[in-house]
Amino acid sequence: MNPYLLMALKAAVVLGALLVTLLYIQWVERKVIAHIQRRLGPYRVGPHGLLQPLADTLKLLLKEDLLPRHVNRILYLLAPFLAVTLALISIAVIPFGPEIEVAGVRTWMQLTDLNVGVLFVLAISSLTVYAVVLAGWSSNSKYPLLGGLRAAAQMVGYELPLGMAVAAPLLLSGTLSLREIVLSQETFHGWWPGWNILRLPFPQVIGFLVFMVAAFAETNRIPFDLPEAENELVAGFHTEYSSLKFASFFMAEYANMITICAMATVLFLGGWLPLWPVAYGSNYAPSALLALAGALLLYHGLPPAFRRDRLSLPAAGVAALAAAAVFLIPTVQNLAGPLFWFLAKTGSLLFVFIWVRGTLPRLRYDQLMRFTWTFLFPVGVLNLMATGLAVALGS
Amino acid sequence: MDAVPLSWYLLLSAVLFALGAAGFMFRRNLITVFMSIELMLNAVNLTFIALASRLGQVDGQVFAFFVMVVAAAEAAVGLAIILVVFRNRGTLQVDELDSLKN
Amino acid sequence: MAIAIFLIFAALAVFCGLNVVLRRHPIASALWLIGVMVSLAVLYGLLGAHFLAAAQVIVYAGAIMVLFVMVIMLVNAAPERRSAASRMAQALGFPVLAGLLAALGYVAWRAAPRAVVVTARKGTAHDVGSALFTTYLLPFEIVSLLVLIAILGAVVLTYKEKH
Repeated sequence: MNPYLLMALKAAVVLGALLVTLLYIQWVERKVIAHIQRRLGPYRVGPHGLLQPLADTLKLLLKEDLLPRHVNRILYLLAPFLAVTLALISIAVIPFGPEIEVAGVRTWMQLTDLNVGVLFVLAISSLTVYAVVLAGWSSNSKYPLLGGLRAAAQMVGYELPLGMAVAAPLLLSGTLSLREIVLSQETFHGWWPGWNILRLPFPQVIGFLVFMVAAFAETNRIPFDLPEAENELVAGFHTEYSSLKFASFFMAEYANMITICAMATVLFLGGWLPLWPVAYGSNYAPSALLALAGALLLYHGLPPAFRRDRLSLPAAGVAALAAAAVFLIPTVQNLAGPLFWFLAKTGSLLFVFIWVRGTLPRLRYDQLMRFTWTFLFPVGVLNLMATGLAVALGS
Repeated sequence: MDAVPLSWYLLLSAVLFALGAAGFMFRRNLITVFMSIELMLNAVNLTFIALASRLGQVDGQVFAFFVMVVAAAEAAVGLAIILVVFRNRGTLQVDELDSLKN
Repeated sequence: MAIAIFLIFAALAVFCGLNVVLRRHPIASALWLIGVMVSLAVLYGLLGAHFLAAAQVIVYAGAIMVLFVMVIMLVNAAPERRSAASRMAQALGFPVLAGLLAALGYVAWRAAPRAVVVTARKGTAHDVGSALFTTYLLPFEIVSLLVLIAILGAVVLTYKEKH
């Protein structure tokens, strides 16, 4: 097949999947936070609020698109465009799975593999500071400016621990290419997976924790979301934005979250590799999980707690059981099994992001800056030094 | 994949360096002067890396890396000085910072 | 194909460089300078220096220029005003600058005849890293000390005493 056509097809598939995920991760977030707060969340628009993201998109598109007279027009329009573009670019180097063969075409489940893939993702994430800073500056108003400057200082301050946390598993994997990093975690010691977080000579548990904390700060999520805090700074750097430009910032934030969780999966949790060896039956994990989900849905669906759900819950249960049956076919297991593991790990990390949002309070700005410079960065450096020492002594 | 002549890289570097020198001499705002210095440093980096590629060595790239690191250190200290100058004098126009004259 | 990429990004770099020097508001200059740096990063990638291309974006465009932009915002820099001294400097300086450019261009043109070409050579992190940690270990350590001194200097300079 023509390589350009193949590349275009892969890009279209990834883009489509990413945009749908962006839309529905917002639904997941609202539902999870609602259940943490013991309420229902979106419920009425479509079954269990599944059409809520579409309603929200329509609302944002149809809202009046203001262009205030006091803003610096070029920068004001550039900032959300930059945010969305940069957020979507870094997905290009993330490997979703191994090499697969579909209809005679062999290809990797990855758009492109750079030999400095890790540095590429770090570079794109360091450019995302500009979107926030320019949004704050161009708005010509004091709350956005304060929000923008705080966000810049926060993102730059947490980039250093992020870099240190990224460097440590690189010592264990020995390469900067994301595909090679996952492939280097492929060994198993009996039942023990060779993921970087569990890998001798130095399991990267501290590195993983430092990475996750820095990831929260890089994506401006609670507990580090002071730059866009609603109760402190009106709406922070995106106060003066409306409708589609406002939606772009949200889309960019979720895309950044997805990218950083995918990076954590690739660097620490073994990418698309299963938790236990295939010889012991890890190929059946997707089926087992889907069957369990189907059983739970049917249990809660017949009879349901609310009369509204008497059709949707059993239907979802049957669909989950059907998917479990599909995953028993060996071809599907070979193609979609690794992808399932990757999505499961990334999804779990995204759930942790949402869980933390519903649970923890916000950090004050000086607490936030003190935390990174006096605690997180030294811990990252010590982790890197310990990893280096272990690798040097071990080899 | 045809190759690019080396002289084109050197010419581009010369143009960027001359632009940086022009900014350094003609601009009156302290920060813009500083940014022109960074432009000159980038031009020099391009020369280093182009010649490293031509000679097949990696030493030019190592030098360019050092230039980058030193530029970072210089930017930190220089911007700190600019901040203090602004705090004490209230202006960033080079013409008005003349208290050492006469 | 390499020539096409070079021409596009070289033209972009020169255009951004011109805007850095000609725009009156410092923040516009800063943003155009980021454009120069990103175009140069693409050219470094074309020359095979992949690690340096990434480092250029991470360090220069992603850290140093953020520092510039933040200082411009903190200081609330205003667009430049013209003065008598600046006009005189331009009148005298343009010929000198044109001469400098002509001299540099002539040297560059003669130093490398048309036939001398560059292709992408080694430049991965492995290559640069092994050189940094073997042949150039002493400069590497000294430069890290230099960065430490710069950090301390910046903190000391801007430290405000609390009365």
